[in-house]
Amino acid sequence: MLWPRRSPRRSEEGGRAALIAAVSTVVVFGLLIALVLNSAYWPAVQRQFFNWRHFRASFPLVLDGFWLDVKMFIVAEVLILVIGLAVAMARSLRGPAFTPLRLLMIGYIDLARGMPLLLLILIMGFGIPALRLPGVPNSALIWGVAALVFSYAAYTAEVYRAGIDSVPESQRMSARSIGLTQAQGLWHVVVPQAVRNVIPALLNGFVSLQKDVALVFVLGVREGLREADIYNARTFNYTSYIAAAVLFLLVSVPVARFTDWYADRQRRRMQAMST
Amino acid sequence: MRWRVLSVLLVLALVAVACGDDDATTTTSGQAASCDVADLNLFTAGQLTVATGEPAFPPWVGTPDGDNFDEPESGVGFESALVYALAEEMGFTADQVVWVRTGFDEAISGPKNFDFNLQQYTISPERDEVVDFSDPYYSNAQALIAFPDNGIAGATTLADLQEARLGVQIGTTSLDYIEEIIQPNPDVAVYETTVDAKSALDARQIDGLVVDVATAYYITAVEIPGSIVVAAFAAPADSPDEFGLLFAEGNSLRDCVNAALATLRADGTLASLEDQWLVDAGGAVVISE
Repeated sequence: MLWPRRSPRRSEEGGRAALIAAVSTVVVFGLLIALVLNSAYWPAVQRQFFNWRHFRASFPLVLDGFWLDVKMFIVAEVLILVIGLAVAMARSLRGPAFTPLRLLMIGYIDLARGMPLLLLILIMGFGIPALRLPGVPNSALIWGVAALVFSYAAYTAEVYRAGIDSVPESQRMSARSIGLTQAQGLWHVVVPQAVRNVIPALLNGFVSLQKDVALVFVLGVREGLREADIYNARTFNYTSYIAAAVLFLLVSVPVARFTDWYADRQRRRMQAMST
Repeated sequence: MRWRVLSVLLVLALVAVACGDDDATTTTSGQAASCDVADLNLFTAGQLTVATGEPAFPPWVGTPDGDNFDEPESGVGFESALVYALAEEMGFTADQVVWVRTGFDEAISGPKNFDFNLQQYTISPERDEVVDFSDPYYSNAQALIAFPDNGIAGATTLADLQEARLGVQIGTTSLDYIEEIIQPNPDVAVYETTVDAKSALDARQIDGLVVDVATAYYITAVEIPGSIVVAAFAAPADSPDEFGLLFAEGNSLRDCVNAALATLRADGTLASLEDQWLVDAGGAVVISE
């Protein structure tokens, strides 16, 4: 259920509101569509951006490349969630003995968050393999994904840390009082609560990653955006970009809707608990 | 809930309407009565406005050694020299040739602030839908570049390249050539610029780079020191790769330029310009199907 139950009287009002919303939506969108379609520039826009023939021709190529995007963001997301959590936990350990570890983590997060993602991809994707270090892979795909993980794990660590900080201090204290070490207390008591609090933020990061994987196209990797780019360069028509956009939207919009739904449900639960 | 469904339907309808079929071809009514300078359909009256890339590079503009790099006004380099020869043939003086710069893609979709544009545009039916091309002024062949220590540096047949990881620059016909003729098993890597392709070659992410012959000699001499032209590929007769001058769709000036081009071809000027500015396949092996 997306909305709380309503009384019959209120649902009648709701029906009327929905009708008004529907009518005004039809009128506004109808006017907008009419305005666009009657514009003198529309035929050119349609030919260059919404050309059905080019859509049909480019879609299978772009889809083929897009599968690689899907594989990349799934693999990267798993690594990001694990590494991000490890970094956040390391940063959240207290006590002077852990100072070097904390400093190291802060240094990493500052470095990774402070650099443009594209720069990281170029440095790691072209730069590291160019050193030709023995035993180090030179695949553009591997290093491209590594650069994404390097950058996103830092952001994700900060999301986790916000979650860890949101768990009341008393939880940590209680964990210590029953004999758990600091790390055990974090892992068994604090982290489960922390993660639950930040799931919407993590999902938000996931949506962002789904699009940013396309950036590895600069390394020559034949993913969806690159395939669209190749088609465009061949034909001078932009419809292939629209095909790529549709695919990216098909994946990211459902996740974004789910995130909204989940956050909404969580908020209502919190409200229910507090009343 | 209902309005949500409704709005989704509306968006879908919008996309459906937007994606109308478009197979209509515009017919050009280019009937140039006279090719006198005074009668020409020019962007600016009394001058020939020619566009090229930014930067314009050898051997098309400037020499392979880098002299007059990015100076189309110099008349040095194949395309620059060709433009001045065409201009003279059409009745312009050298001072009446004015150069402007456009991006490669920008020239297609953007405003046409030129009479014609030349930066190694390959003539293709798809491109011809949005712009017009002159008759071909150059027939291009593909070449393979690699470092001498790579396994493919000794390739002499297409079979030697079956397992090669090859790279190309986007927007070139080299990609079509590899995928249709060489058909190697690994994916062909596609780069934005030759600089990126060079990085990949340096990083050993690709074994070789395929570009057109004239560019290949420039790349091995200037852009990727130490690399060699392994081979030139014989162009398939049924799908030639030819460069054309790019005009705005329906520009009647094209007919007059074509007439001048035909004269230059007939009197041997075009061939001698090629000899002068474009290094031919030279000592490299020629690989054919």
